[in-house]
Amino acid sequence: MPIVTMNVNGKDVSGDVEGRTLLVEFLRENLSLTGTHVGCDTSQCGACVVHVDGKAVKSCSTLALSAEGAKVTTIEGVARNGELHPMQAAFKANHGLQCGFCTPGMVMAGLDIVKRRGKKLKEETIRAELEGNICRCTGYHNIVKSIQDGASKM
Amino acid sequence: MENFDYHRPAKLADAEKIIAKQKEGVLMSGGMTLLPTMKQGLAAPSDVVDLSGLGNVGIKVMKTKVTIKAGTTHAEVAKSGDLKKAIPALAVLAGEIGDPHVRHKGTLGGSIANNDPAADYPAALMALDATIITNKRAIAADKFFKGLFETSLRRGEIVTAVDFPIPEKAGYAKFANPASRYAIVGVFVANHGKAVRVGVTGAGPGVFRQKAMERVLAKDFSADAVAGIATKVDDLNEDMHASAEYRAHLVGVMAKRALKAAK
Repeated sequence: MPIVTMNVNGKDVSGDVEGRTLLVEFLRENLSLTGTHVGCDTSQCGACVVHVDGKAVKSCSTLALSAEGAKVTTIEGVARNGELHPMQAAFKANHGLQCGFCTPGMVMAGLDIVKRRGKKLKEETIRAELEGNICRCTGYHNIVKSIQDGASKM
Repeated sequence: MENFDYHRPAKLADAEKIIAKQKEGVLMSGGMTLLPTMKQGLAAPSDVVDLSGLGNVGIKVMKTKVTIKAGTTHAEVAKSGDLKKAIPALAVLAGEIGDPHVRHKGTLGGSIANNDPAADYPAALMALDATIITNKRAIAADKFFKGLFETSLRRGEIVTAVDFPIPEKAGYAKFANPASRYAIVGVFVANHGKAVRVGVTGAGPGVFRQKAMERVLAKDFSADAVAGIATKVDDLNEDMHASAEYRAHLVGVMAKRALKAAK
């Protein structure tokens, strides 16, 4: 069985995987990092978004072996010293979630938007950038508000 | 998903060797189509040769053409300042493929080698009269795309780059499927001075040129010129999203929008 080695949330990790093992499976099953969710399994919903080498990708459409040597950040790696990241805190403050299933992906997508588009985000920019993240509870309104608020506090 | 042996060669020569040995092997670039296809059980290769380790990435703008290496992601094409000056419509097109996460992984080479009938890039390659460069030869876009998921690529042949002649003006407009963002119809128009080319994706079983539009646009490159130019319904796609008649109508509407947006 091939062995994959990568850095996840600042920690070097490795594990036995198959060719077909997806990055999300490696994170959830090998590393027990279950904050990254599998929503649709058809690459559309974005609940599985993590950052690989600084870029937001869908971990359900990424092979674990292709992340060999990569630096991966999941939702578990976002808070610092037991304090929520401003983007996480903003989701709490703005009621940016109901069931919470899509939230890890939304937060990771939100952080990626800030990285690429800056901290002062227009509502329409956020809505367009959330193309790859589906929420079935909120109607997106408070998610957009959360990202706008979180971005401004980063 | 069925299991497979995974390879990630660092050199093109190694990729060639591995794929030549594996009868049931496939090449993968970003994997944004291949992996979902495999997850659905629609493909079960014995070996996956991941080309992302080749580092075949980059955009080079020259005097009369732009060369984009096959492993360049849609995100990289969309944000390239040099490309935005040379062929802005191509950067716009790349920025409308899928969603941000897909654009971080999906590549030009992967998109055209897969030749999905609703993919965006094929329309641009046809309209821009692009040349596809492989490890074996150079292929004109007109000869490359062969209809539904088929290209003139031979077994083991690897797309390495695409050359795009720089047009005087070009524009792209698509009517996207609201769920998948694939084109229900996408039209790319390019004015090369001597000739105008119009590439249509999403409407038919494969990308095609709308030659009736090309003829009138050669005389008058404007949205008004294509008013009333019909697209033959016979060969167009029909599905739950749009009838063939609706797609034919959309070709006209998207052509007008592309012409209005042309820069």
